[in-house]
Amino acid sequence: MLRILRRLEGPQTIGRGPAFWAAFGLVLAAAAAYPWLVDGYTVGNTAYFFCWVFMALGLCLIWGYGGALSFGQTAFFGLSGYAYGVLTLNVGAAYGFTLVAVALAVALSALMALLLGYFLFFGRIGGVFLGIITLSVTLVMERFMAQTAGPEWRIGAARLNGYNGMSGMPPLTLPWPGGDLVLFPDVALYYALLGLLAVTYLALRILVNARFGNVLVAIRENPERAEMLGYDVRRYQLGAFVIGSALAGLSGTLYTAWGQYITPSSMGLTAAALPVIWVAVGGRGDLTATLVGTLAVLGGFQALTIYGSQYALVVMGLLLVVAVLTAPEGFVVALLRALGRAWPGRRRGAPAP
Amino acid sequence: MTPPLPDAAPAAAAPAPAALLETRALNKRFGGLHVTNGVDFRLEEGEVHCLIGPNGAGKSTFFRLLLGEYAPESGRILYRGEDVTALKPFERVRRGLSVKFQVPGIFPGLSVAHNLEIALQHHLEGASLTAEIRRLLAFLNLSDAAPERAGALSHGQKQWLEIGMAISLKPRLLLLDEPTAGMSPDETHATGEMVQALNRDGVALLAIEHDMAFVRQIAQRVTVLHVGRIFAQGTTDEIVADERVAAIYLGEAETGPADRARPRDAPARSAADA
Repeated sequence: MLRILRRLEGPQTIGRGPAFWAAFGLVLAAAAAYPWLVDGYTVGNTAYFFCWVFMALGLCLIWGYGGALSFGQTAFFGLSGYAYGVLTLNVGAAYGFTLVAVALAVALSALMALLLGYFLFFGRIGGVFLGIITLSVTLVMERFMAQTAGPEWRIGAARLNGYNGMSGMPPLTLPWPGGDLVLFPDVALYYALLGLLAVTYLALRILVNARFGNVLVAIRENPERAEMLGYDVRRYQLGAFVIGSALAGLSGTLYTAWGQYITPSSMGLTAAALPVIWVAVGGRGDLTATLVGTLAVLGGFQALTIYGSQYALVVMGLLLVVAVLTAPEGFVVALLRALGRAWPGRRRGAPAP
Repeated sequence: MTPPLPDAAPAAAAPAPAALLETRALNKRFGGLHVTNGVDFRLEEGEVHCLIGPNGAGKSTFFRLLLGEYAPESGRILYRGEDVTALKPFERVRRGLSVKFQVPGIFPGLSVAHNLEIALQHHLEGASLTAEIRRLLAFLNLSDAAPERAGALSHGQKQWLEIGMAISLKPRLLLLDEPTAGMSPDETHATGEMVQALNRDGVALLAIEHDMAFVRQIAQRVTVLHVGRIFAQGTTDEIVADERVAAIYLGEAETGPADRARPRDAPARSAADA
C-alpha cells in the first residue's frame, strides 16, 4: 500500500514534497468550502466544468504521456452519454440504477476503445493517421446520430431524436437508507464530482509514475528503443488508449446526467477540437497542468460566451496557436516551472516530465 | 545441415553444439535489390564478432533481420537452437538479445537515470534498482550526468547510455551498430574496454564497425559482408591481410564472391542478381 502511495510523486508528475501536498490539501479544502460561498446555480455550473475534466485527463494520458494524439475523445463521450440515456430511460433510476448505468456506459466506451485501439495499434497506425482515424470515427458517429430524428429510431423507450438530442433521462442518484439521494446539478452533484475528480487525479498520478507510466513515456520518446527493451509497445499504447477513452466516456455520462440532455453535436468537429485545446494550452505532459489548464480554459470560454462575445471559439483557436508558438509545453507547465525556479523547494518540477 | 565455412576454424567443422545465433540461407529483398543474399552465419556463445563491409553491403539490414524489425523472404534465424524467425522484436529481446542502434536510441526528454530505470525495471525494483542504476552509471562514466536530460548529453555519452540500457537487460548477445561512430579516439578506446569487460562477464557481442583499430581491439572473429553475402571470415589479422577485402573497400573487386580463390559455397547464383 505504502509502495503504491509513494508513486503519487515521481519523475512523470510536477509537484512533490510536503509543500506541494500542503498546497493540494489547501486547494481541496477551498473547493470543499466553495459551495458555502456562492449560490447554488454557480455551484452547479462549476460541477458542469468538472464533468469535462475527466475527458481532458484521459487525453493527457493518451497524448501527453503516450504520445498518440487521439482526436476522437468525443466519440467515447457521446457513446457513453447516449448509453446512459438509453439505459436510464428504459430502466429508470430506482435502487441507484443510475450508478450502474454510468458503469455500464463507461464499460461500453472502454470496450469500443479496445476494439478500435486494437486495429489502430496492432495495425501499427501511428502519428497523424491516428488523429485522422479517431476524428473520422467521432464525425461518423455524429452524422449517424444526426439522422435518427424519425420515430423508428428508438431503443426501447428511448427516442434518439436526431439533432434535437435525447433528453429527459434522470440525474444521478445515490442509494440511501430512507430514500435515494438525487444528485441534482447543484451542491450534491458538485461534491460527488469533486470527490470523483480528486480520486481520478490521484489514481492517474500513481499510474503514470508506476512502471506502466515509465513505459508509456518511453514509447513517446522513442518507440523503437522501448520495443528493444523488451516491451510490447502495442499493448501499452492500447492500455493507455482504453483508459483515456473510458475517462472520456465517464465525462459523457456525467455531462448527460448533469444536463439530462445529449446531442450529436457533442461528437462534432468543434466538440472534438476542444479537448485537444484544453490539454495543449494547459500542458499535455503533466496531469496537474491539464487539470488546472482545462478548468481555466473552460471558465474563460464560458465567460466569453456569456459576456457577449460571439467569437469565443475563435479565441479558443487563437489560444491554441499562441500556446503552440510561445509555450509548446503548455502555459501551466511553463508557469509551474517558472515558479519552481523562482521559489525552489515549492512545487518543484521534476527534471523534464 | 549447414555446410561449414571453408575459412572457419577447423573446430567449427565438427558437429557443433547449437550456436548462440545462427542464420540459415537468409534472404531479404527490397524491390529488385537483394540486400541479404543467402547468408549462413554462426555466432558462438561468448564470442566477440565484428561485421564489416563497404557501404551498402547489407550490414544494417542483416542486423534488422536478426532483431526482427524486418521479416526475411526466406531462410531461418536460430537463437540458442530455437527458431525465432517469426518472433517479434520484443520477444527476441526477452530471450536475451539486445541492441545498441547506430543513431543513439535513448529517451531524450527523460533524465539519464530515468532512462536506465526504464531498462532495469523489468527485473529490479526499490533499493536494488537504485543501487544497480548507480553501478551502471559508474560503469558508463555517467555518474555526474545522472539528473540531466539524456538529450543534452554529448554524442559519445549518448552512445554509452544506450549501451548501458542495452546491457541492463542482462543479454546473452549484444548487437552493436557502429558503437564508436562519431566518438573521439579516447571515447572509442573507453568503449572498447567496456566491450571487453562485458565479454569477460560472458556476453557475446556482434558489432558492425568501420574503425579497424577498434575491430582489432575487440574482435575475436571478423565477417566481411559484401553485396548481401558473406565475402570472407577470419581473425582480424587474416582479414586485414586479405587483399580481396581491401579491394572491395576500394571498389575494385568484382561483385561476386565466387570468383576468387576462397569461394563461399553458397548456392550457385549469378553475381548479377545482387
